Amino acid sequence: MRTSSEEEKRAGLSVLRADNPAAAGHALASPARRAADSGGDIAILADRISKKYRIGVAQASYNTMRDAMTNLLLGPFRRARRRRTEDAEGMDAGGETFWALKDVSFELKRGEVVGIVGGNGAGKSTLLKILSRITEPTSGTAEIRGSVGSLLEVGAGFHGELTGRENIYLNGAILGMPKVEITRKFDEIVAFSEVDRFIDTPVKHYSSGMYVRLAFAVAAHLEPDILIVDEVLAVGDAAFQKKCLGKMGGVAKAGRTVIFVSHNMSALVNLCEHGLLLERGRAVAYGGIDEVVSRYLSTPDRDQSGFADLTNHRDRAPGMQPIARAIGLRGEAGSYRTVAYTGDDLVFEIHYDSGDVTLDLVQLFVCSFGGRRIFTVGTHHSPEFSSVLRGKGVVECTLRGVQLAEGDYTVAVAFGRHAPRHDMDYVENALAFRVEFKDFFGTGEGPLPHQGDVVQRSEWNVPSEALVAR
Amino acid sequence: MSHVIQTQGPVSAPPTLIRPTSGWTSLQLGEVWRHRELLYFMMWRDVKVRYKQTLLGVSWAVLQPLMTMVVFTIFFDRLANVGSDGLPYPLFSFAGLLPWNFFAQAVGQSSASLVGSANLISKVYFPRLIIPISSVLIGFVDFAVGFVFLLGMMAYYRTWPSIATIVFVPLFILLAAGASLGVGLWLSALHVKYRDVRYVVPFFIQLWLFVTPVIYPASRVIGKLQSAGVPVWLYGLNPVAGAVEGFRWATVRSGAPPTSIVLTSLFVTIVLLVTGAFYFRRTERTFADIV
Repeated sequence: MRTSSEEEKRAGLSVLRADNPAAAGHALASPARRAADSGGDIAILADRISKKYRIGVAQASYNTMRDAMTNLLLGPFRRARRRRTEDAEGMDAGGETFWALKDVSFELKRGEVVGIVGGNGAGKSTLLKILSRITEPTSGTAEIRGSVGSLLEVGAGFHGELTGRENIYLNGAILGMPKVEITRKFDEIVAFSEVDRFIDTPVKHYSSGMYVRLAFAVAAHLEPDILIVDEVLAVGDAAFQKKCLGKMGGVAKAGRTVIFVSHNMSALVNLCEHGLLLERGRAVAYGGIDEVVSRYLSTPDRDQSGFADLTNHRDRAPGMQPIARAIGLRGEAGSYRTVAYTGDDLVFEIHYDSGDVTLDLVQLFVCSFGGRRIFTVGTHHSPEFSSVLRGKGVVECTLRGVQLAEGDYTVAVAFGRHAPRHDMDYVENALAFRVEFKDFFGTGEGPLPHQGDVVQRSEWNVPSEALVAR
Repeated sequence: MSHVIQTQGPVSAPPTLIRPTSGWTSLQLGEVWRHRELLYFMMWRDVKVRYKQTLLGVSWAVLQPLMTMVVFTIFFDRLANVGSDGLPYPLFSFAGLLPWNFFAQAVGQSSASLVGSANLISKVYFPRLIIPISSVLIGFVDFAVGFVFLLGMMAYYRTWPSIATIVFVPLFILLAAGASLGVGLWLSALHVKYRDVRYVVPFFIQLWLFVTPVIYPASRVIGKLQSAGVPVWLYGLNPVAGAVEGFRWATVRSGAPPTSIVLTSLFVTIVLLVTGAFYFRRTERTFADIV
């Protein structure tokens, strides 16, 4: 798989399959010819896929629609609005249409596991919808070899009145499993979901965790040649997420082709070999997942000045209110900075505007550059903090003597209520910073790379020579 | 994704080509056929859910036409005396209400079906035709229950089913199903674009009842048409008129069959079905974007 050459030029990055050097450097020929070249090895061949949304049509009369549908509708609007403020690229002269995807070409081999990386509105979901045949491209073609199972939502078609057992069959049928196959895998699905005792209870009585587990259990037992997965791992508790990741990893090992979308960089890095980076509807890079993720994390959307505007941040979780407005990392002198030293006090200032909503919980998640969380701090961990935040303001968080090893890090920020716990805003990859090692231990020596992200002072004694000598 | 093939080797199935379509496209009925299990599960879900949530369950299928019949008998027979071609009015009206209710319910359900399944449409691929088809087909459950009741009424009034009953009842109910699917295809596709359809449909069905020989015998209209010199078959332009009149003829009334009306209705139904299906397929590609 690779992006077309013009995109590579634009991107200034040419990350191509090392095992396919012959294909490098030229744009895709017609799908038929390419497919013939590569024999039966190709799973998906996308040729200049573009999708245009017309804004005027959708604007008509949707105020009576349910939330889910409204979201679906407003998605393109929000993207459009952002696009308009950011740049005019991709907009038609009239401003009534915009390209959610523009000339995306790639080629995916059988058994390849590819993560699609990109901010909100980059076109990830649109691409998945086109590949799963939910919607048609405006132009361009994609050739798909093999059966496709797409998992854009867990529990599609679940009905609250039906029992767990009935929903397994219904959801399985909707996802494309023949009845005999569902029957064969039934026990396995139930065991995976951990809801055995309630399998004959209507799912409306399930807790949300049980509901999601059951829904994912069905989906996880799909065995298509090509599996398309959207952000579904964002649901469920941590333990179950891990189990799902394991299951998906198993799917990948079984030789199936997997396309995976997530904002969770560590899940992407763990699961995928390759990554495709989308930016404003265009494929800008394809390559090893590590390169693509780090490229994504260092693109200009991320402010390099130690201060970032979060108002329209691309990594705000879906459905969240834009409460976090900006975040800055201050140095001792008071100016913003992007580099700190191990052992420094790091001061994050977070600007918020909650409108009329009251909040009492602010959290910062410090993550490695790959997205894995290293630690979380929050107002609820601070015994002195008892403020209720409302309207506009700034809250400061000081990390005393930060024990991070040398490397690149990002922070995510969340606003919400503590009891009962309720998240109102969550922005991933809000700010990136670098930590460099200073003589933290007083020995002149620091940890070597790959010895962990955290440094820890330690004391070492030999309590009794005699004991050792014995 | 109809077949989840478990193969590790090269995939021999022909590749799926995703490309923009424009204008009129093929109906791809084969694709619908491949998804027949899904069709079955969707009907099964709807039937199950309907009877799980209701207190009286399946008896609604009888109660609804029965109560309508009582009201009709009081007002149209006793007070207005609309006539019933010599049949007992309760039997006459029930035999008309059964196919009519099937039609009205199927049109109501199928026209709202796509918008009601918006969540599925925007998240999962399957031939969208399945949605209105399943909402028409589940009407057969209510119909079957009501039909058993009709047979009981016929026994009570000593009107015995004939060969025509056995042969023609399935055909006329298929005609009603075809007509409602034809109308349902048009309305469900329009509903995605224009939400007004939701308000129009109940009103439109109400009016439709009055131009269909359910309350009154077709003979009264036919008489008027004949005296005005209008050909009788024109009455069949309302496809439900042919279905209701034919069904009533096949069950409770002997005599000459309403052939010309039925043939016209059959023609109109086929036109509705074909145009509806093509219109549906033509607009289908935008459903996921605007629903």
